Amino acid sequence: MYPSKFLKQTLIAAASCLMLMSAQAADPVKVGFVYVGPVGDHGWTYRHDVGRQAIESEFGDQVETTFVESVPEGADAERVIRKLASSGHDLIFTTSFGYMNPTLKVAKDFPDVMFEHATGYKQSDNTATYSARFYEGRSVIGTMAGMMTKSNVVGYIGSIPIPEVVRGINAFTIAMRKVNPDATVKVIWVNSWYDPGKEADAAKALIDQGADIITQHTDSPAPLQVAQERGVQGFGQASDMAAFAPEAQLTSIVDNWNDYYVERTRAVIDGSWASQNVWLGIADGMVAFPEYGASVPDDVKAAADVIKEGIVDGSLHPFQGPLFNQAGEEVVAEGEVLDDKALLGMNYYVQGVLGDLPK
Amino acid sequence: MNETIILTLITIITAATPLVYASLGELVTERSGVLNLGVEGMMLTGAVCSFATVHYSGSATLGVLAGCLAGMALALLFAFLTLTLQSSQVATGLALTIFGVGLSALIGQSLVGIAFEGLPVLMPELARIPAIGKLLFGHDILVYGSFALVAATSWFLSRTRAGLVLRSVGDSHDAAHALGYHVIRVRYLATLFGGACAGLAGAYLSMAYTPMWVENMSAGRGWIALALVVFAVWQPGRLLLGAYLFGGISILQLHGQALGFQVPSQLMSMLPYLTTILVLVLISRDGGRIRRNAPASIGKAFHPTT
Amino acid sequence: MITLHRRASPSRTMGWFAPVIALGLTLLAGLILFAVLGVPLLKAFQAFFIDPVSTRYGLAELGVKAAPLIMIGVALSIGFRAQVWNIGAEGQLILGGICGAAVGLYFYEVDAWYVLPLMMLAGVLGGMLWAAIPALLRTRFNVNEILTSLMLTYVAALLLSYLVAGPLRDPDGYNFPESRLLHDAALLPRILDGTRLHLGAAIALGIVVAAWVLLSRTLLGFALRVNGAAPRAGTHAGFNQNRLIWFVLLAGGGVAGLAGLFEVAGPIGQLLTTISPGYGFTAIIVAFLGRLHPVGVFFAGLIMALSYLGGETAQIDLNLPLAVTGVFQGMLLFFLLATDVLINYRVRWGRR
Repeated sequence: MYPSKFLKQTLIAAASCLMLMSAQAADPVKVGFVYVGPVGDHGWTYRHDVGRQAIESEFGDQVETTFVESVPEGADAERVIRKLASSGHDLIFTTSFGYMNPTLKVAKDFPDVMFEHATGYKQSDNTATYSARFYEGRSVIGTMAGMMTKSNVVGYIGSIPIPEVVRGINAFTIAMRKVNPDATVKVIWVNSWYDPGKEADAAKALIDQGADIITQHTDSPAPLQVAQERGVQGFGQASDMAAFAPEAQLTSIVDNWNDYYVERTRAVIDGSWASQNVWLGIADGMVAFPEYGASVPDDVKAAADVIKEGIVDGSLHPFQGPLFNQAGEEVVAEGEVLDDKALLGMNYYVQGVLGDLPK
Repeated sequence: MNETIILTLITIITAATPLVYASLGELVTERSGVLNLGVEGMMLTGAVCSFATVHYSGSATLGVLAGCLAGMALALLFAFLTLTLQSSQVATGLALTIFGVGLSALIGQSLVGIAFEGLPVLMPELARIPAIGKLLFGHDILVYGSFALVAATSWFLSRTRAGLVLRSVGDSHDAAHALGYHVIRVRYLATLFGGACAGLAGAYLSMAYTPMWVENMSAGRGWIALALVVFAVWQPGRLLLGAYLFGGISILQLHGQALGFQVPSQLMSMLPYLTTILVLVLISRDGGRIRRNAPASIGKAFHPTT
Repeated sequence: MITLHRRASPSRTMGWFAPVIALGLTLLAGLILFAVLGVPLLKAFQAFFIDPVSTRYGLAELGVKAAPLIMIGVALSIGFRAQVWNIGAEGQLILGGICGAAVGLYFYEVDAWYVLPLMMLAGVLGGMLWAAIPALLRTRFNVNEILTSLMLTYVAALLLSYLVAGPLRDPDGYNFPESRLLHDAALLPRILDGTRLHLGAAIALGIVVAAWVLLSRTLLGFALRVNGAAPRAGTHAGFNQNRLIWFVLLAGGGVAGLAGLFEVAGPIGQLLTTISPGYGFTAIIVAFLGRLHPVGVFFAGLIMALSYLGGETAQIDLNLPLAVTGVFQGMLLFFLLATDVLINYRVRWGRR
């Protein structure tokens, strides 16, 4: 009596296990992406989409990816995120800070779906946040700029005055003035992440005011094109822009989300996903660089490599004291570094930057 | 310092040129009594078609032509809907914008990330003259074309019989019809001209201003062009003034930021828009002028009863 | 060759039938479009038209998306009838959102019944203020309101950007350009559990009714309709042009401002750098699609909202790029507008 019942139960249990396992093996993991711009921007959104394609090529049939482009950050965002969550997606990436609250709202209602929010600061049990320490890249190119500028004026094309961009400007300026205390940074805000015409105009204005190196935190290759045409040099942003400026591009800060996206998808597949707040940089490959441009001298290359190594092994911090703000007051003492909280909310310029920020 | 001023003026010219083309075309269209709000859509389609043509054929001339034709194709669609089928001009124009933005993005999907070296300078030897050489002679053909087109349009509207017919169709289509003028045909032609100009403006954007294709690269210039037609009181000469005023202030506010003005950038960016309004107020104090120049039949459907 | 013969009076059957024909034509054109793109036709239409509203939540979302379009469309249609071209509703919406949110933030953590009504009042006044500028410039200086209202839209957007990055930002928000989340007393109550359908949608419906009453039953409504058709006759009858312009622009601005507040205090819940995906401009299309009649605008708003929701669904379910939805939307609009001709005209083939 007992043994046969026991056998029956074991068989049933074993069968259901097998079915479950095969069901899990059969059902692909669905990964959704919410983009704030078009994939064709060759910048921010484009690089996220490259990351999405990396997931597809890594996992093949095991995953199915979906993306929704140009989702405005207002009321539409919540609906799109919710639609993804309720249509069987297991992992959803929302790739703009303006999606922070909508993501959390939806995450509350879908506790079994995992969310990854880029550049935000609020987490929940099923919402992780991630961002890249782009400012580390700025330190590298700032060093290069400081060594290569002859006019001692560097032009910076900013998008919208938010802490992330200001952080980049400051990291750049600090590194630049370490090797060249006489250089200054002029900033123009185009008040848009993406407007090739305005970016080109800003680049021209900066060059006309004496900048011989330009850099940007906007998304299109237009400023580098202007640099190429005017015979000055500059740095690409988000992607490798050498195709547009073969002589002008010295190097570029490339957003590399591939490894992170693959890793997080793997975590969902094998069940080890947990909420976290990560801010990864050069050491983890999230901030990457293409080949140096042909016009970069060897000593500049060497100096840039030293900065990269220093950041990777922790001996160099982009915001190491003593640091002074625009008004000349000391904000970081000698030997101290700014912690992540202070970096996250940075809203002042350091010394060496010309311009004004809204209070 | 002189050098900076000259370079800034050159930048201003580049910024103003697409506005000149787009609003000039719309000016002629509106003078005939048709309000086409689809300028943004036509511009973008012109931009993508001209860039694609240049990329695949290698010929800049074909590229410019393609941009014109693309704009005209969309304008033809608009004209058919509004002039033959009598649909609402305002709504159809807005629908055209939505359609054009989507269509251009669709066509341009494989063109993202491709570089192009831009249009050549028309008179490189003369441009080498020191000081003013670059300013006067250092531009590509489309820039000079914009000035020529303004002059030609102004002459056409005020000094030719055909221009008079066009204006009368716009001012009073019933009277024009009674006089035997083919209202619908004139409006078709004016709308097609508007489309060609918008397409040219787009071609300038993707071939000269920022030689590349990215989605939505006109970034609202079509709407500015519409506003400039109003600013110009439907006159080509004043249109040139408006385009350069707007383009000029846009560039100057960027310079102001770079010079370190202690004003938040968002407020600086408001300057072109506020200045345009202010200048229009100042020059509009003669109210009669507006009433005399606005085409009275604009936006109104025309259907011959005989 | 197509020729049109004007009907003696507008055909009522066509009034109902024309949109059906339009839908049929859209299906046909869509067939070609989706065939070229390799998308199964039935799945495409399901994604665009059926799926978005197949759930309770979906229907509520239709209401959430359509409410601002309908509100603003109705208000604008009144103006368009009077030949007053308010192209700047988007800017008025933004100002209303700013003013309403500012009041809400001022009363942060104050749990009182009067917070929300005050916010709504501020929203209306903010929108009216922004519309008063083109009104003043038109009546005093004869400056065309198309230009002024359009330019002010850009100014409004920049102002919002400045405020959320500066004075109105969340003090605990790491200086991100967002305001605090509005507290509960400052949020619009939901009228359907488990959805985002909020009080603003109900008020939008009320505005449709109010506009209908205004246009068909009041002297002012008559004045507006006459003024649109024959301005000089209107002046003869004693209708003051300037007063009409002021009324129409202030009404349009006030409603747009209220719509802005509804967005901020409803689905969004805070002030961001963008609070509207272009409702003020889309409402213009909605107004004309609805033939400038409140009831028509109501349905046009629903159709327009559905096409946006359908676009999102098509991207998710069919992996169609956003560009395709723009093309499809444009085509739908073209056909809807084109078939309107059948109401006033008979179409004949061949020579006259």
